Amino acid sequence: MAKYMIRPSRRAVLSSLAAASLVSAGRRVYAAPAPIRVGCTLALTGPLAQTALVHKLAAEIFVADINKHGGLLGRSVEYVLYDDQSRADQTRSLYEKLITVDNVDLIMAPYATAATLAAISVAQRYGKIIIYSSMAQVYLATYDRAFPASHGGPHPEISNPKVILDAWASTPHPPQSIAIAASKFPSALFEAKGVRDLAQKRGIKVAFYLEYDFPSRDMNPIAARFKDANADLVWLGCLGVEANQLIEAMTKIDYKPPRSFYLFPASGPLASAPGGEGATAFSNYEEHPPMDKFKGADVLIPAFHERAKAAGMPYTRVDFQAATEFAAWQMLAAAAQATSSLDDAKMADWLKHHQVETVVGKLRFNEEFNCGDDLSKVKQVQKGKWQVVWPVAFRQPGTTFIAP
Amino acid sequence: MPSVTLLGQAVIAGVLIGGLYGLLAAGLSLSWGLLKYINVSYFALAFLSAYLTYQFGTFNGIAPWWSAVILVPAFFLLGVLQHWTFMRLRVTELTSLVVTFGLAVLIESLIQWIWTADFRKYESGFSGLTSKIGPFFVPTLDFLALVSATILAIATWSWLRWTYVGKALRAAAMDPEMASAFGIDHRRLSFLLSGICSAYAAVAGIFIALIATLAPSEIGTWIGVAFAVVIIGGVGNPLGALLAGILIGFAESVTMAVTQPAWAPLVSFTILIVLLLWKPRWT
Repeated sequence: MAKYMIRPSRRAVLSSLAAASLVSAGRRVYAAPAPIRVGCTLALTGPLAQTALVHKLAAEIFVADINKHGGLLGRSVEYVLYDDQSRADQTRSLYEKLITVDNVDLIMAPYATAATLAAISVAQRYGKIIIYSSMAQVYLATYDRAFPASHGGPHPEISNPKVILDAWASTPHPPQSIAIAASKFPSALFEAKGVRDLAQKRGIKVAFYLEYDFPSRDMNPIAARFKDANADLVWLGCLGVEANQLIEAMTKIDYKPPRSFYLFPASGPLASAPGGEGATAFSNYEEHPPMDKFKGADVLIPAFHERAKAAGMPYTRVDFQAATEFAAWQMLAAAAQATSSLDDAKMADWLKHHQVETVVGKLRFNEEFNCGDDLSKVKQVQKGKWQVVWPVAFRQPGTTFIAP
Repeated sequence: MPSVTLLGQAVIAGVLIGGLYGLLAAGLSLSWGLLKYINVSYFALAFLSAYLTYQFGTFNGIAPWWSAVILVPAFFLLGVLQHWTFMRLRVTELTSLVVTFGLAVLIESLIQWIWTADFRKYESGFSGLTSKIGPFFVPTLDFLALVSATILAIATWSWLRWTYVGKALRAAAMDPEMASAFGIDHRRLSFLLSGICSAYAAVAGIFIALIATLAPSEIGTWIGVAFAVVIIGGVGNPLGALLAGILIGFAESVTMAVTQPAWAPLVSFTILIVLLLWKPRWT
């Protein structure tokens, strides 16, 4: 082997060393500033993965766009993302790791209530600002540096049902009775109880109030109960595909309720479901006028279509999940830019005293639990697409609320 | 008081979903009872079959019955291959639980990688088909699942009970050494049975694709009830699995119709506990 070795000359060694030191010196002088690392976990696997994928794409779109325009505070943004497997215990450990091992500069909240609460507890321990985009029970986020981008106001259990029942009250024949079934998922139950109480206060007869196990395997008996009750409004406190399961089960027994509301359905499957036409659901954003002109919509909408298609998602339109995640990043960037710092205390303080223009509208954080206005809306499947039908100001021109 | 229509519809729904429970549990029951493998991967295999049915139907225009022609033999071979691997790796009854759980996770990840975590619905055009009997509706696909489950369960039970191969398999499961002394080649027969178990998963998957909306995470929602069905029906007993499936389906459905639906799992697992304490002969 030795005969193939080349012995370098002393001159060659010295010149190489000199060149190497020049290069490294140059790097020190001209190196770009280190990126701002923003850490986050999402449920990339497990039962919440369908919706978490939407959040991932929206976050990536924001990061790609801000980097395209020079980054944040003159530094590029790096998105440090882990899979929390839809588990709150995993989320807690991963946020510890993000803060103490990865030394991220900022953090963003994960998807869904339990994981968000787990992340908030870690954020509180380290004094980090945390912006969350998917937790209805804002009263649980008592940490003063936790900010919601998913705006349902400080008491969504009161304000959200009001929006829903107001929407139906605006129709020519408002419902006189309501049948309620809700998944035993914290945010769904919380809203369901709110609707039940408000309906009773308004004199709407509550035919039944049921709770079912999450995740649900079989909606056939619940469909039979809805048919048997024959209430004017079917209200399902569902998550994900449960709305489709109920519609399929009701179709099998030849029942189509005159009015229906689904709390947190999987937007794509419900919009394209054969029996989904006319179904209503909760929203705070759909990609049609006037909301398609809101700040950042021009970036989010085309990029989301492209990335969702590339990711193999059957439904590529922007709904409130994508918009709220994008809005959360807009809040984070606005606070950093306004304070010219990444200091958690300064950024939190700024958010509390200012409003932020986002893709879901103008947000403020100066009420209880750092909340502002309830921006909830009601959307309806019309010709296979979601249309916001309430409040009227957010309806696409020419659209009506289809109701008996 | 619930109306007669509601009760009747709930009974129909419960019995029909019981067919699907029986189909899903049959592979696990046979594998556990006769091969001594607690094979959790059948649930994931069933969903793999469901996704393939969806893929064939939605993107290749292949009707579900043609999917069955493709998938049932393919999954039979998959079961044979799986059994060969388990034998090579000397997987035992206890370790099979861990190994097949890992395999199920791998299959779930594969499904998620190919079809994403998003929901998929196979719009076969048959999902809305129902027959009306008096005031009651019988969904055609659910009924077909029950009929298929019944035919397969009776056929498999009869095969195990009355054929030489079936008797040999049962003998080998009870006392492998004694069975060998009588010239039974348990190893060879076990490949056949493992293939059948996987084929059951394929059939269950085809019906899941036709009846349900698919998501990779849905795999986990069936495991608990299928284990209850296997234990109530008696391990190694396909007919028992079907009857137990119908019992659980009926109990859950009627519970959901007359009380809080959230109590349904409580009722089915109470039945399981009562039967375990009572220990009737078939369990």
